[in-house]
Amino acid sequence: MRLKPHDIMRLVAGGKGRAAAADESIWLCLTCETCSARCPNDCDPAGVIDSLRELGIDSGVSDAPRRIAAFHRAFLAQIESNGRLHEMGMVMDYKFRTGDLMKDVTNAPGMVSRGKLSLRPDRIRGVAEVKRIFEKCGEA
Amino acid sequence: MAADAGAPSATATAPRTPIAYYPGCSLHGTSREFDESLRAVLAALRIPIREIDDWSCCGASSGHTTDHLLGVALPARNLALAEAQGFASVLAPCAACYNRLTAARLAVAAEDDLAARMPDVLGRPFANTVAVESVVALLRDSATAIEEEVAAALTPNPLEGLRLAAYYGCLLVRPPEVAGADDPEAPLSMDEVIAACGADAVDWNMKVECCGGAFSVSRTNSVVRLGRAIIEDARRNGAEAIVVACPLCHSNLDLRQKAMMTRGEEPMPVLFITQVVGLALGLPAAPLGLDRHFVDTEPFIRRLVEQAAARVAAEERVKAEAAAKSAARREKTVAGDAPADDAPAAADTRASQDGDA
Repeated sequence: MRLKPHDIMRLVAGGKGRAAAADESIWLCLTCETCSARCPNDCDPAGVIDSLRELGIDSGVSDAPRRIAAFHRAFLAQIESNGRLHEMGMVMDYKFRTGDLMKDVTNAPGMVSRGKLSLRPDRIRGVAEVKRIFEKCGEA
Repeated sequence: MAADAGAPSATATAPRTPIAYYPGCSLHGTSREFDESLRAVLAALRIPIREIDDWSCCGASSGHTTDHLLGVALPARNLALAEAQGFASVLAPCAACYNRLTAARLAVAAEDDLAARMPDVLGRPFANTVAVESVVALLRDSATAIEEEVAAALTPNPLEGLRLAAYYGCLLVRPPEVAGADDPEAPLSMDEVIAACGADAVDWNMKVECCGGAFSVSRTNSVVRLGRAIIEDARRNGAEAIVVACPLCHSNLDLRQKAMMTRGEEPMPVLFITQVVGLALGLPAAPLGLDRHFVDTEPFIRRLVEQAAARVAAEERVKAEAAAKSAARREKTVAGDAPADDAPAAADTRASQDGDA
């Protein structure tokens, strides 16, 4: 993470929010919220970073690392189509988006034998309702 | 109330109205054991829950990190469902779900335009009347009931004296106004549940550090680096296992632990807080889902059970020895002319023996 939370706040306060939104650093933030919880000036860098990510996507300047962007897209795609996250489906989707087909395959048998991976999605009755939420939020 | 005055502890016997249960995706998938152990423990504590019908994903970190409105609307749908199904509060054991549901509730309460938009976005009425509860808060509020059940259990408590590190991570304590923890930097709520179970919560440094969260798949190396620091600190401070209340923390510390421990360290079991309470209540390992972990908990639990049995056997032996001793003394009293007031000591066990020594 090249830009630390205070660097990002500095950029935004100085009117360079677009540069911050275009930087990879905002995508390496884990949203652990430690910066906001401990800020001596009561600033909310975690909230600002959330907004910068949205700004970066909407304005097309986002430089999200391919894998992280792929993860978010694969995650949200699952919710949109099933209403719930189907972990197996998400991981497969992620692999196709990143081309990282062999990633974690050695863990898969252990996950299945422990009953942690279901092969079929858990689809809810209100999928149309969830799709509508995505549409209303301009994410469809 | 006067009418209840004669009733024996009305609160303990009155059937409680069920709390809405929001399991979230992880508890239906990769963290099934959190769901299993929660259901087993709440049944033992007689706290009824009912799953929200047709609940949907809260969006977790992918929702709010990419779209503010989506990050509110996805959890809000579930609050609206709980409301329509007549619930006053919802239990969200997953720390991420708890965090998102609470954040949505607070955002809608604080922003009038957001509240006004919700019915249209959700396609259903939403009055924002449902409270959100974390499993740690629920268990801490039940600490007395846990202590009573532990004392009443038929098997010796395997957790007695066990040193555990309560790991809170991010989502149970931050943002402080959302998480509502007892202390965002040095929380004790989970430590108190551990104490109610008869175990010792160790003092350590990484309680509220981040485990890498949702980067488990996309940046595994970060997760391994952060997780290693957490496990090493727990070990340095004497912990024999780590206790979590978050599916992400669990899978990062459990599934990824093999990659963290490269110097032949002993594996560190990672347990859900509900599994810890279940063990203390004397529930068997299988219904608590303890066989679903990657760090094998079987040798660990076997050792605890054996130690507990040995401890109880030693206590029994001390008791028997004391009884034999005082019986012998009583005989002597009858035979000889020792003072008769030695007899009441026969009922005492270790205390009297220590006194004699």
